[in-house]
Amino acid sequence: MDLFKRYFPVFSLLAVVVGIQVVTHFTETTYYLTQLTMSAYYSVVVIGLCVLMGYGGQISLGHAGFFAIGGYLAGALTTHNLITLKGHRLVSLLDNVGLLVDSKGLYGGDLLTVEPWAACIIAVLTAGLIAFAIGGPILKLKGHYLAMATLGFGIIIYRIALASAYFGEADGISEVPGFKLLPGIEVSGSFVSRVLNYYIAWGMVIVAVILLLNLIHSRVGRALRSIHGAEEAANAMGVNTARYKLYIFVLSAVFAALAGVFVTHYNGGIGPSEAGVMKSVRYVAIVAVGGMANIWGALIMGIVLNFLSLRGVFGSYDDAVFGVILIIIMLFAPQGILNINPGQKVKSLLSFFVSKSGEETTE
Amino acid sequence: MALLEIQNLNRRFGGLQAVNSVSFTMEQGMIKAVIGPNGAGKTTLFNLIAGNLPANSGNIFFNETKINGRKPYQIARLGLSRTYQNIKLFHGMTALENVMLGRHIRSKAGFVAGMLNLPWTWPEERMIRDKSMEYLDLLGVAGCADIEVSNLSFGQQRGIEFARALATEPTLLLLDEPAAGLNIYETAEIGRLISKIRESGITILLVEHDMSLVMDISDEIVVLSFGEKIAEDLPHNIQQNEEVIRVYLGDEG
Ligand SMILES: Nc1ncnc2c1ncn2[C@@H]1O[C@H](COP(=O)(O)OP(=O)(O)OP(=O)(O)O)[C@@H](O)[C@H]1O
Ligand SMILES: [Mg+2]
Repeated sequence: MDLFKRYFPVFSLLAVVVGIQVVTHFTETTYYLTQLTMSAYYSVVVIGLCVLMGYGGQISLGHAGFFAIGGYLAGALTTHNLITLKGHRLVSLLDNVGLLVDSKGLYGGDLLTVEPWAACIIAVLTAGLIAFAIGGPILKLKGHYLAMATLGFGIIIYRIALASAYFGEADGISEVPGFKLLPGIEVSGSFVSRVLNYYIAWGMVIVAVILLLNLIHSRVGRALRSIHGAEEAANAMGVNTARYKLYIFVLSAVFAALAGVFVTHYNGGIGPSEAGVMKSVRYVAIVAVGGMANIWGALIMGIVLNFLSLRGVFGSYDDAVFGVILIIIMLFAPQGILNINPGQKVKSLLSFFVSKSGEETTE
Repeated sequence: MALLEIQNLNRRFGGLQAVNSVSFTMEQGMIKAVIGPNGAGKTTLFNLIAGNLPANSGNIFFNETKINGRKPYQIARLGLSRTYQNIKLFHGMTALENVMLGRHIRSKAGFVAGMLNLPWTWPEERMIRDKSMEYLDLLGVAGCADIEVSNLSFGQQRGIEFARALATEPTLLLLDEPAAGLNIYETAEIGRLISKIRESGITILLVEHDMSLVMDISDEIVVLSFGEKIAEDLPHNIQQNEEVIRVYLGDEG
């Protein structure tokens, strides 16, 4: 019954994904797949954030930070050579349990690096734990204060990426190897596996969408939405609002970090701009344009806007475009961002144009 | 043993003593009304009991458990539910979903089970839905089930809030002015409903300005004035209590 209605759009998405791949194959435009793959990963960040903001009612201006934690850790661990530390007890222990890989470097030297699976798990766990640790105190804040606190977190991560030699300072990390998910299935930017990687990325999107759709239709999802609707009453219904806010914050951070890991292996590197505040603003803008409490809206806007951005359509105005989008949303949906209600949005838009006065902009 | 016992409860807002050394007890199964002029501290008293406000001093025992200092969600899980003077519904959700939140503490599917949509959560989810429909039906608002609550009339919203509180299957129900804004027919309906709920074994503490309703349905009445309890008695005694009459007449004049 309901399940069919819930999953039908997922099947449609799958059909569109396959359709696009087939079309690019026959029109010899497979180069589009590269940007579509990247857009898919960024959309995983966006839909996670969408559930946090649109359903949980909590804003985050720091999600690029979680993306970067995932990407940078996976990149650094799988790239930095541990050969000089081979004698160290910890390193040999890791080696013995198979968490390290020996290989030949670009110039023939011996390389000893962390196995990508292990690195991925470490990176995502770290992001989740950091989200858990800062989420406790931060999520007690509301509205603007929460926005400021998460913004602060994002800036800290950005500065760390920029300042530490381990993370490559302004250059970031490059020559990150591929990530073999299964034998023969590797996340990498190599030309031959372009189609495969397109499907890996979209596979991740589809799994993420299904998980989030299930969540928002579940008992816990209902409780999350009730927090957004009236936190005091949610509490009075026995909902441990603080705990649920923390859960969804951690979940969205984990999604962002996972996307960061995959993008880094796909691109073969990561730079500090991925951790930048402008990236966080971009994610928030996309969720806002998508209609806040709307996973499909966020996903579609995430794909379209990221694709255009990656194709260079916005040229050097790239960041500005997302800023303008955010301003427009704020202006015409003032309750947007922190507290949106589609019915009211339409009403306030109408009254704005009818009366030409901004007086209806209630708190 | 008393179901609810309030001992010397105090709450100040700056220089204002909103609740001043209030004590009373409630036996299982009774309907008790709290009356008093505007600003007497009735809602503040409810907020203290439900855990929305901390008390400055005093104790609250619910089912022999000391509940002051506990969080509202913890108190709710002990079996206390409430409605609000200014209705607090979950906007952006339908009437049915609002009431389904009332079943939150009576169900248990967790985060991971929900995300994976595990089959064992399905019967539970169906139960939540069916039970919630029953409560909407009891309040006569089943027709609004799929309507987003901001689009409903005031009376319907009151009904949904009431249904949501009942859906938790509370032992103690706090009703803050359940008849406010309702016409005389709806008020009479609410009165009948409250009596019916009591018959099902739920204890009710209610704040209400409609005196005929209060006199009709309550077993005992507590009168507050400027945060102080000035009387506690049977309804017909309260009607003759000189101080109560003076407070009310003074309020009118
Ligand atoms: N959060 C608060 N901060 C400051 N003062 C408050 C607060 N809540 C209530 N008060 C004050 O405490 C007093 C008691 O308020 P309360 O709402 O409990 O009265 P009430 O008996 O419920 O009145 P009414 O019949 O109008 O609902 C009032 O003077 C009110 O202004
Ligand atoms: Mg009141």
